[in-house]
Amino acid sequence: MNHWLDTAAAAMVARPETHWWSRGPFATLAILVAKRSSPMSIALEARDLVKFYPGVRAVDGVSFAVHEGSCFGLLGPNGAGKTTTVEIIEGVTPATSGAVFYFGRPAGTEFREEAGIQFQNTALQDFLTVRETLEMFQKLYDRQADLARIIAECSLEDLLDRDNRKLSGGQRQRLMLAVALVNRPRLVFLDEPTTGLDPQARRNFWDLVRRIQADGTTIVLTTHYMDEAHILCDEIAIMDRGKLIAQGNPDSLLEARYKGLVIELPIEDVPHDLNGIQHRRIDRLGIVEISSNDVTRSLAELTAAAADLNRVKIRQPNLEDLFLDLTGHTLRA
Amino acid sequence: MLSRIYAIFRARNLEFVRDRGTLAWNIALPIALMFGLAVIFGAEGRNEFTIGVVQIPKAAEAVEHPFFDTRYMRFVPVADVDSGMRKVSRHQLDLLVDFGAQPRYWINPDSSKGYFAEMALLRAVDLAGDTVAKAQIHGQAIRYVDWVLPGILGMNMMFSALFGVGYVIVRYRKNGFLKRLRATPLTALEFITAQIASRLILIMAITTLVFLGTKYLLGTPMEGSYATLFLIAIVGTVAMISMGLIVAARVTSEELAGGLVNVITWPMMLMSGVWFSLEGAGEFVQGAAKLFPLTHILDSARAVMLDGATLYDVAPSLIALSVMSAVFLGIGATTFRWRAA
Repeated sequence: MNHWLDTAAAAMVARPETHWWSRGPFATLAILVAKRSSPMSIALEARDLVKFYPGVRAVDGVSFAVHEGSCFGLLGPNGAGKTTTVEIIEGVTPATSGAVFYFGRPAGTEFREEAGIQFQNTALQDFLTVRETLEMFQKLYDRQADLARIIAECSLEDLLDRDNRKLSGGQRQRLMLAVALVNRPRLVFLDEPTTGLDPQARRNFWDLVRRIQADGTTIVLTTHYMDEAHILCDEIAIMDRGKLIAQGNPDSLLEARYKGLVIELPIEDVPHDLNGIQHRRIDRLGIVEISSNDVTRSLAELTAAAADLNRVKIRQPNLEDLFLDLTGHTLRA
Repeated sequence: MLSRIYAIFRARNLEFVRDRGTLAWNIALPIALMFGLAVIFGAEGRNEFTIGVVQIPKAAEAVEHPFFDTRYMRFVPVADVDSGMRKVSRHQLDLLVDFGAQPRYWINPDSSKGYFAEMALLRAVDLAGDTVAKAQIHGQAIRYVDWVLPGILGMNMMFSALFGVGYVIVRYRKNGFLKRLRATPLTALEFITAQIASRLILIMAITTLVFLGTKYLLGTPMEGSYATLFLIAIVGTVAMISMGLIVAARVTSEELAGGLVNVITWPMMLMSGVWFSLEGAGEFVQGAAKLFPLTHILDSARAVMLDGATLYDVAPSLIALSVMSAVFLGIGATTFRWRAA
């Protein structure tokens, strides 16, 4: 049984478009099987990447590996070095030192042919329609996806004859994602794909990313939205000031660090003296946070300290808390 | 590889032809200039008398003769009698004079300016107590509009090549489109080839259209072969586009690119003979002008159109243009940079 599953999973990961089980409801099952039954190969590996600009160490010794078929999130605040790191990997920015490996070999021609890239900001050629843009990019590759399927997946059917310049932000992001998929990529880079989108468009985009991953495509996502990373990523690496400061599965990272819940109160509802209760003031956001393994006891202590609990919030620790604990500053801009 | 080149080539063509403003400008400018000049100058493009002087030691002024003191006369050296006679027949020279051992002059009896130039010459000769032999040459006049047509077409080619390639690639680089292409299997050579092919075809189509329209409406003469002229236009356009690629290779600012293109185009506008002949200019200027592709394009195109020059006659210019293209392309391709910083 295991042998059959392994063979099917490996075949699907290698050539997902050729198998009926890579579509529809079978897709997620197949991915789960692939992940469970076969030791996943390393699709991408960055080794000790360094990038210096005059007076700035934008990327300072970054190393990580991305498993085939997974979604890997590179997180950090604006200016952390995420985009530079990814652009070094993509081959559009030369590294000062370090190396990038694609399925065990130095990234080169094969990588360019098989990787799909959605940049944070990309201009498209003026006066071209959505259809012409997709066709132009597709012809740049020997590997070619079924354009009709990509158009349907990215919901571009009604926009095909529209000039690129007349697309809204969400439509443009969908087109940029479609452009990144025209070569039937084995590895897709999404750089801040939902920045500037409204909440509905963001959620639609997440669904789209999930469908791409269900096809067996490896995804490298850079974002400064922690919720996005938590929802989409199997593994994350947090960057700050050019260095990786944490790496692992989002839930595992949180479980390893936090045992309880977080109590949040507006700053003005909390007296300055909290009678020795460990807390953290985030003046910029106007809140006080208290980590607690025993919420009942903590609330009692707060009451004793004359705190006003009418606006209290109790929540699970999240990646933002992790980042704050690791770096001392928040991700929220 | 061909598929990739074709994809970029097609996309660039679509971008150009759909940009109605730019397209109209590329076609309208040379036509407007031609008709404007035809109205302003009519058959007589020059407002001073031009006298060819054969066998002068270095410069016309070195020979002492009262004729050289005549006002409103421009004296230009002529290398040999044959080329001077051809220009007299075409009305490019009003008079050809040789103050050698046996003083002679040549005149076209159909040229009104030649008649007045002859009167001035005979008066000066009379004053000097010399005698001079007369010869007549017949031939149709070349109007200024006939002479300036290759200049205007060449100028339009130059602007279209330099701005259409140099400026556009810099814009692509600045807005990140080149960076996006860099992340595909497309190579720099493929990208550059597509840009050259696209611009070459567009320039040739527009130039041919304007040339044929102007020729039909103004009756411009054509003494040589259309095939030779077409070849000159192709080789010349490639040289110009290659020059634009040097500007485009690394520059990241559209303002700087615009400035550089102006620095390149204005000397060519002034020194390559777009508007007026350089025959009276100094040796340095004439030598420097040979470094510009536009000079070779215009010299050879005029030779074919007005003098009936053959492919063999214009081969040196074609070779010079080809060498320039190779050098410019080599520099452009090796220094090409995809991204802005």
